[in-house]
Amino acid sequence: MSKAENEITWKDIEIGSIVTEAGNASQYRTGDWRSQRPEYNFSRCIKCALCQIYCPEGCIKQNADGYFETDLYYCKGCGICARECPTMVITMKEEE
Amino acid sequence: MAQRVGMEVSVAIGEMVKMADADVIAAYPITPQTHIVEHLAELVANGELDAEYIPVESEHSAMSACLGASAAGARTFTATAGQGLELMHEVLYVASSMRLPVVMAVVNRALSAPLSVWGDHSDAMACRDTGWIQIFTENGQEVVDNILCAFRIAEDNKVLLPIMVHLDGFHVSHVIEPIILPDQKEINPFLPVNNYPLPLNPSQPVAMGDFGPPFIYTETKWAQEMNLRKSLDTIVGVWQNFGDRFGRYYKPVEHYRSDDAEVLLLTMGSFSETAMTAIDKMRNEGRNVGLLKLRLWRPFPFNEIRKAVAKAKALIVLDRALSFGGLNGPVCSEIKAALYNQPDKPKIVSFVGGLGGRDITITDFENIVAWGIEITEKGSKNEFEIYGVRE
Ligand code: SF4
Ligand code: SF4
Repeated sequence: MSKAENEITWKDIEIGSIVTEAGNASQYRTGDWRSQRPEYNFSRCIKCALCQIYCPEGCIKQNADGYFETDLYYCKGCGICARECPTMVITMKEEE
Repeated sequence: MAQRVGMEVSVAIGEMVKMADADVIAAYPITPQTHIVEHLAELVANGELDAEYIPVESEHSAMSACLGASAAGARTFTATAGQGLELMHEVLYVASSMRLPVVMAVVNRALSAPLSVWGDHSDAMACRDTGWIQIFTENGQEVVDNILCAFRIAEDNKVLLPIMVHLDGFHVSHVIEPIILPDQKEINPFLPVNNYPLPLNPSQPVAMGDFGPPFIYTETKWAQEMNLRKSLDTIVGVWQNFGDRFGRYYKPVEHYRSDDAEVLLLTMGSFSETAMTAIDKMRNEGRNVGLLKLRLWRPFPFNEIRKAVAKAKALIVLDRALSFGGLNGPVCSEIKAALYNQPDKPKIVSFVGGLGGRDITITDFENIVAWGIEITEKGSKNEFEIYGVRE
């Protein structure tokens, strides 16, 4: 299904809701489950990548400067990265 | 030529599944279904049927194994009864919503407690909304014919839905009847090989039974509902084609001396046979009564029912299950709902009887009709009448 999630009609559903296309979970916006978001103070970051390894959502990527940063489309705000970061780069802030 | 042979109905079902060349049978024995799966186990063990027989540890596992087999494109059969059907319950929904064409014989049995191995329709009624096609049969010939039709309907790529073929425990399952089993060469052109469109296949991987968040769940359920509704055309078409080939015709609602009848009785399953005899007797006495037999329970044949009762003054429905705390028996409630918005409709009287193997005799049917007519004239303080209970 190459349509956006809110454009899929019942007629587009495969037999038995079978998923024929690999990787379509990437369309699924888990970011709107979040009540807190990670915020970064990269001056303390040692680029150890522990946050990326621990993130259960697999949504932390390296940015152009080599720092590890979440993708808010998927981040569920669980706070595991903030808890595991050895140098306390990450703090969880309430979403407005 | 196909021969008419006397055999136990359960054995005949096994023989038909063999002739349909099922690939996988996963089943757990339970009274009164046991003879069906015992016979199939024998046929597989002695090499007469080239199939996998999976002797599972429960009905929940039986249905789960059937899902896997069917998803791999195998022609899949199972059978159960009563408590066994209820233990399958959650998996039944998965079979229909994953559109897996499993065929299951359900040997209708009352539900515990108290423990009963005898027949009524409470097991079937509890599965009303599972999304399965459900066909009721009256005698051995009808069961065998409908097992064959069920494979063809279920596996039709326009349908792809699981089917329950219901038969009454003991009254049908354990009776020795003269049954015509078609020749293998007559079956092969009627039942093409199963061609499931998207089977589990390592070279073309798919994900089945996936996660459906709120943005997609409604669409998946509506697709399923539309498909079940549309399956009515295929069911009717397959029955017609079966009749043209084998000479026995089946319809969603069947009529017996009902065309000009002012009073109609409606039954399901093996009690229809007794009801026909009762109708003959009442007709001979000059009473204007007829019988409707509801063969297809799901998808419910709304239009056929509306048409069938259009000219009648009274409709007396016998349910063989209670809907606890509900208005009527489940079948009568459905029929009342179907007729509610019709401008002309008969007066409808609901009876519940024949529970847990209690017989309804010809005399009982005469009593039910007489009592039903009295209620249409004088009314009743009850929403439905329970027939034969000792006060
Ligand atoms: S808050 Fe949870 S989901 Fe979001 S980036 Fe951190 S570990 Fe991943
Ligand atoms: S765990 Fe902390 S220090 Fe390590 S990469 Fe992530 S943010 Fe930087």
